[in-house]
Amino acid sequence: MEGSTQVTAVAQDPAVVPDLLYSDAERALADALGSLLADRGGTDKALARIESPQTYDDDLWHAVAAELGCAGLLIPERDGGAGASYREAAAAAETIAAFVAPVPFLGSAVVATTVLLSAAGGAADSSGTPFTPARAAAYMLRRMADGGVTAALAVPFATAPGAAFPTSVRVAGPRPGDAGVARLRGAVSGVADALPAGVLIVPAEGVPNALYLVDMSATGVSKAPVTSLDMTRQLCDLSFDDAPGTLIASGPGAAKALAAGLAAGAAILAAEQVGLAQRCLDMTVAYVKERRQFARPVGSFQALKHRLADVWVAVSQARAASRYAAACLATGNPDARVAVALAKAYCSETAVAAAQECVQLHGGIGFTWEHPAHLYLKRAKADSIGFGTPDAHRAALAALVNLPAAP
Amino acid sequence: MTENLGTAEGIRVRAKAFLAEHDPAEMGKQDFNDARFDAGLAWVHYPEGLGGLGLPRSLQAVVDAEFAAAGAPSNDADRNAIGLGMAAPTILAYGNDEQQHRWLRRLWTGQDIWCQLFSEPGAGSDLAALATRAVRDGEDWVITGQKVWTSQAHLASRALLVTRTDPDVPKHQGLTYFSCDMTAPGVEVRPLRQLTGEAEFNEVFLTDVRIPDTDRIGPVGEGWKVANATLMSERVSIGSGRASARESGMIGPVAATWRSRPALRTRGLHDRLLRLWTEAEVARLAGERLRQQLAAGQPGPEGSAAKLVFARLNQEISGFDVELAGSDGLRYDDWSMRRPERANFYGRGPGYRYLRSRGNSIEGGTSEILRNIIAERVLGLPPEPRVDKDVPWKDLPR
Repeated sequence: MEGSTQVTAVAQDPAVVPDLLYSDAERALADALGSLLADRGGTDKALARIESPQTYDDDLWHAVAAELGCAGLLIPERDGGAGASYREAAAAAETIAAFVAPVPFLGSAVVATTVLLSAAGGAADSSGTPFTPARAAAYMLRRMADGGVTAALAVPFATAPGAAFPTSVRVAGPRPGDAGVARLRGAVSGVADALPAGVLIVPAEGVPNALYLVDMSATGVSKAPVTSLDMTRQLCDLSFDDAPGTLIASGPGAAKALAAGLAAGAAILAAEQVGLAQRCLDMTVAYVKERRQFARPVGSFQALKHRLADVWVAVSQARAASRYAAACLATGNPDARVAVALAKAYCSETAVAAAQECVQLHGGIGFTWEHPAHLYLKRAKADSIGFGTPDAHRAALAALVNLPAAP
Repeated sequence: MTENLGTAEGIRVRAKAFLAEHDPAEMGKQDFNDARFDAGLAWVHYPEGLGGLGLPRSLQAVVDAEFAAAGAPSNDADRNAIGLGMAAPTILAYGNDEQQHRWLRRLWTGQDIWCQLFSEPGAGSDLAALATRAVRDGEDWVITGQKVWTSQAHLASRALLVTRTDPDVPKHQGLTYFSCDMTAPGVEVRPLRQLTGEAEFNEVFLTDVRIPDTDRIGPVGEGWKVANATLMSERVSIGSGRASARESGMIGPVAATWRSRPALRTRGLHDRLLRLWTEAEVARLAGERLRQQLAAGQPGPEGSAAKLVFARLNQEISGFDVELAGSDGLRYDDWSMRRPERANFYGRGPGYRYLRSRGNSIEGGTSEILRNIIAERVLGLPPEPRVDKDVPWKDLPR
C-alpha cells in the first residue's frame, strides 16, 4: 500500500504520543472498503445471512480480501502482501464493523497473520531445503496474501492476551510412516472466524508446546457451528482426532507468536468496536431527527440529546485509545501492552453502551428483528468478551502500571 | 543568509539571533519582554507588529524552548490565562488597529492582567439574557450592573465586558462588547467565597462606570458574536499545549497513595481505581489527539468533549481519593478565607480537590450546556422549542 510505511520513532516514554490521526492512505482504504460494503454487503444482507446455513459471506470476503487487498495488509510486499501496518488494519476493521460485515478479516488477516509473521520471523519463503518451521509459516503467509487461503487461530474467541498456553489439544505423536507431521488430538470450543477458514493454526500441548498448521479438510478434523450470540461472527467448535499438523513454532517461539496474535486481535477488535459504536451513534442520530412524537422530532428533547452527546464523547475518547493501540503495535512501541489493554477495556464498554443506546433510543422499532440494531447489539456484547473482557484487560493493566490488587 | 522563517530551523535561527542581541541577564524583565514582543517572538502566529510573524502556531514551541534555555524571563502566563487565552484572540479578531496596538503588548508582557465580566446573577447558562446596561452619553458609555464569578478581578487592570445596549430587541441582538478599565471609578470588586472556604472568584459591581467609545470592541449590537469568539478561543488554546505525562492529572496522587499504602487496598476499590485510571489515561490520549488535529489544521469538535470528560473525571477521582483515605478523609486542611490566584489542586488535600472539582462541571459552561452544544452543533439535533427567541429582552418573563 502506498505511503503506508510508518516512520514514527519508537517511543520509550508514554508522554511521547505517536500520531493518532488517520493518514490519507488509511482514509482512502476505509473509504474504498466502505463503498464496497455499502454496495455489496449492507445490513439488509447481513440480516438475511444470519439465518442462512452459511453465515459467512464468501463472495464478500473475496472482494474485501482479494480485490481490495485486505487479506494481505499486514503481510510484507516481499511475500505478496501490501506491507502495511496495524494502523491500516485498524482503519479497515472500523469500516468492517460499521457494516457488521460477516467476513473473517479479524481472524485471518489480523490474528492468524500475526501469529504466522511471528513464527516466520522474517524467514523467506524460498523453496530451498531444509523446509524449516519458519519457512512453513512464511509459505502459508504467501498463500494468504492474495486471499487465496483463509486461516484461523484455533483458540476460544474469549482468550485474552497473556493467557496461559492452551492445553485442550495435545500432540499424540506421529504415526508410523508420517513424514514431517505431528498428530493432534483434542478440542477447542467457541473459535471465531474458523468456519470459513481453510487452514487452522493449532496450539498444542507437548514437549515443548508448539503451534501447528492443520488443513481444515484433513482427516481427523471436524468443525461444528455454534449457535452464537453474534451470528455475524459465528463461532464454531473444533475437534482433532489424530489430525496431521505441520510444525511452525515451538517452545518460547510458539508462546511469543500466540501472544502476538492475541494482542493484535484485541487491538484490532478495539478498532472494530470504535467503528461499530460510531455507526450506532450515526444511525440513532439520524433516527431521532426523523421520528416525531408530541408534534416534534424526539431528537429535540434534552433527555435524548444529552444521552447521545454522552455517546459521542465516549466514541471520541475510544477512538484515541484505539488509535494509540494500533500505532503502538505498528511501531513495536514498548508501551504496546498497556495500549492494547487500555483500548480493549475502554472500547468494549463504549461499543456496548452505544449499541444499547441505539436500541433504546429507536424505541419499539429498535426491539424488532427487522431493524438491524440488534445485529450491532449482539456483536458489541460478544466483542466485549472476545480477546478478553474489560475486566481481564483492567487486571492486566494493574500489573503493567503497578497498581497491585488487595492482598 | 537566507532564513526560511516558516520552518523550525528558520525560526530557531531567528530566536537565537534575538537572544544574542538581548541578554536576559542584563535587561530588566519588562524591557526584555517588550523587545521580544516587538521582534515578533511573543506569539509567532500573531501578525507582524502585534508580537508575531504570521507563522504557524506550532512553531511557537521552538521559540519558547530557545528562550527557556537562555534563561529568559516569563511573561507570567499562568497569572494571565484569560488575557492570553481569551482576551487576545478576541481583540485580534474584533478589535480595531488602534486597540490592538494599545492593548496587546501590555497584555502579552503581563503589564495588564485581564478578567472576563460575562456572567451575572440572573444570567448564567443563559448568558445572552444579561442585564448590565450600557447607555450612550456623548463620547462615553455609562455602565451599570453586576457581574459574578470573575476570576482574577482583584488582580486585573482590564476586563472583557458584555453589556445590554438595546432592551427593545430580542436578547441576542441588543448586546455590545467593551474593554473595561478595572481601575475606573464605579468599579467595585468583592471576593466571592466558595464552598472550599477560599475565594478564587469575585463579584464585580459596576455603578455609573464611564467607558470611552474607543474601548468598544466590535459594532454596537453585535456583542453576542464577539462574546462567542471569546468563548470559542478557549477551546483553540488547547492546541498550543504539549502532551501531558501519564498520571499527570488527579489520578497521579491517587495512584501514588495506592502504591505507598497497601493497607488501604480493597478489592472493590481496586476495580474502581483501575476503571478511573483507564478513563484518565484514555482522556489524556484523547487530549493529545485533539492537539494533533489542531496542529495538523484539522480542528475537530472533540474540544467540547474534553471539558466534559475532565470535569467528570476530576469529580470521580477526587471522590475516590477522599474515600481511599478512610478516616483521614474526614479531615480538611483549611477552611480559612484565602485569596488564591487560581485553583491549586495539587497544593492541597483530597478534600479540597473533591470540593473544588464540583465547580468543574459548572464553570466555563455547565456540563448540561456542553451536552446541548454537542447535540445541536456536532450531532445536528434540533433545538428545544424556544420561548424567548423573538421576544424583546425587556418583555421576557422573569
